[in-house]
Amino acid sequence: MASVNPPGAPVAVTGGGGDLTDHLLNTSIWSDGDVAAAGIPIYDIPFVTVGGGMGSFALVDTLKIAGVPSSQIRVLGQNTVPYQTYKYLCANSQIGEDTRIRSDSSSVMDNIWGWPGYAVREAFDTRPEGFVKPLWSVFSEPIVADYWTPQAGQVFRSIDREMARIGWNEMLVPGLVRVIRRRYGGGYFVVHTPPPGTTATRRVAFRCNYVHVGVGYPGLRFLADLQEYRQKYNDYRHVVNAYEPHDHVYEELTRHPAVVVVRGSGIVGSRIVERLFVDREKNGAQTVIWHLFRNYVSGPTGPPRFRRYGEHGFAYQGFNFCRAGWGGTVKSQIEKLEGPERIAFIRSIGGTNTPWRKEWQEGLRKGRAGGYYRTHVGEVEEVYPGQNGMIVTRIRSSDGALLEIPANYIIDATGLEGTTDDHRVLADLLKHGGAGKNPNGRLDVEKNFELRGTRSETGRMFASGSITLGGYYAPVDSFLGLQYVALQVADELANLGFCKKIGPGKSVAGWWNWARNKRI
Amino acid sequence: MTPTLAGRIQTRIFVTIVIGGLWTALISFVLPNTEGAAIGDVYKITFRVLVAMLVLGLLWELLYHGLMQYRWEKDWPSFFGFLTAINEGLLLWIVIKADAVPDVPKELPGSTYLVHFVTVWIVTWLWLQGPMKIVAPRWRYRGGRLV
Repeated sequence: MASVNPPGAPVAVTGGGGDLTDHLLNTSIWSDGDVAAAGIPIYDIPFVTVGGGMGSFALVDTLKIAGVPSSQIRVLGQNTVPYQTYKYLCANSQIGEDTRIRSDSSSVMDNIWGWPGYAVREAFDTRPEGFVKPLWSVFSEPIVADYWTPQAGQVFRSIDREMARIGWNEMLVPGLVRVIRRRYGGGYFVVHTPPPGTTATRRVAFRCNYVHVGVGYPGLRFLADLQEYRQKYNDYRHVVNAYEPHDHVYEELTRHPAVVVVRGSGIVGSRIVERLFVDREKNGAQTVIWHLFRNYVSGPTGPPRFRRYGEHGFAYQGFNFCRAGWGGTVKSQIEKLEGPERIAFIRSIGGTNTPWRKEWQEGLRKGRAGGYYRTHVGEVEEVYPGQNGMIVTRIRSSDGALLEIPANYIIDATGLEGTTDDHRVLADLLKHGGAGKNPNGRLDVEKNFELRGTRSETGRMFASGSITLGGYYAPVDSFLGLQYVALQVADELANLGFCKKIGPGKSVAGWWNWARNKRI
Repeated sequence: MTPTLAGRIQTRIFVTIVIGGLWTALISFVLPNTEGAAIGDVYKITFRVLVAMLVLGLLWELLYHGLMQYRWEKDWPSFFGFLTAINEGLLLWIVIKADAVPDVPKELPGSTYLVHFVTVWIVTWLWLQGPMKIVAPRWRYRGGRLV
């Protein structure tokens, strides 16, 4: 693979060192001459997606189905496969390839139509003995069976197939995007840093009319008190984040009895607790788990027509937002709301929650009965070193009572949130690109996911993923949400004449090509 | 499925008329207790039953939509979509027996009705599980709305 997958020779440069100059960095809108003078080679490509992860994949897949040739698309990112970051975060949070993720059967990343879903495919892949179970499960969900969810490995394998089908590697340009700026005369420059030694200059620029920003999570969020402890005592071994590598904790726990404090009552907290239970049952661990809740949900909450089930501390729902947020009454409701009202509503249908799964319930029940799963509610006041290498968490309950819990390990499972200011490209878009923040502090997008304020003559910039949370669509950080955005963006690009709209005929033909695994 | 009210109504009309209609055109040839009858006469009855199924179905949708509001997820599981054949099929049968469906004789044999109703239900239900999404890729994001 050529280092920049060039669609042709670069536009001539007029000198300079091939790197960003102060002049460029301090100028919000660049001319062709500005870039050429810096010696940065310019490649013309109509559409560029920045990130190269799941968001980029969903959009490129849709555009290819809409008939856009590979020569008009470039994917800029560090991942060799779109699910690289996702897989890494899954693995760290104890979701191996055979673990079921929290996504439904019809949120099929390699298939924009959602059919056949993952359940049907698993049935056929595991027939004859495994044929009935997934079909019955998806048929009777969530009334008789829990929501059917696919194993992570099935998702990865299906993406591998679709990657090959759409020629992903032909469009991929490895490296890291440094900056995106508007261009005089319309469109944008996307300045990219390929791996060292692969190009003659340190940077290359893509001159394009359409840009998609799908950089994923800007960064990990750590609980402030735990981060402070880690820095103060230089202890990154006993106080860990669930999303960073921490397998040493589980290895250690199988060697001797220990106490673990788990912070966070969402899906990640649930999975970490489940892993600790499995180690007790199967690997001889004698771990005592203290699960700390800041907000303890003791029962169903809300009025009859807006009532979410909950018990034993957890708020329960199938997926990270209530299901109609993807495409039903709740989606329509959000589209009508603005500002803080919209954010409040999005939080009310999401927030910290976890799915009700029969096997998890069984584990929790046994843990409570056996006394090795304990919960406590309150605000953590301080985390400090105790005796014999223990770490003490001091918690104040709402009634003012103090409890000190000494533990061998603390696992922060509170989430992935980061702010847009943490990300260099996003921070630059806010400063120079005309982008703004929504009331949730993420990037402000239109209903069609165009980044508000970034329009450049005929040029359009779009964004998807968690960086847009707080806009007119809640489940932006989900497989189906990414596919929804992809379709919205593709429709807008069709309106602008970049591609054809995926109408019924194109859709059926596209699906037929998919079914035959025909290269497009 | 996560239907809106408009989506429910549009989807019900589309699948009953188009998919149910195509199926009825085929199944009418082989329905039990129709031996010897001209296909035109069978069609007159089966298509009227189909229209009655649609009219009552639209009323049922209003009820389902109201009930769905009490579900936190605001979804209508496919399981419900399948099982509601029971209440809808029974009500329509009662209405036919009460001679309340115009030009459908109340003597309509039970087996004819059962095979017709159940197969229409299964075919339209299966259509909604997959092929519908292929023909209309935005349908699932629009709460079932087609226009």
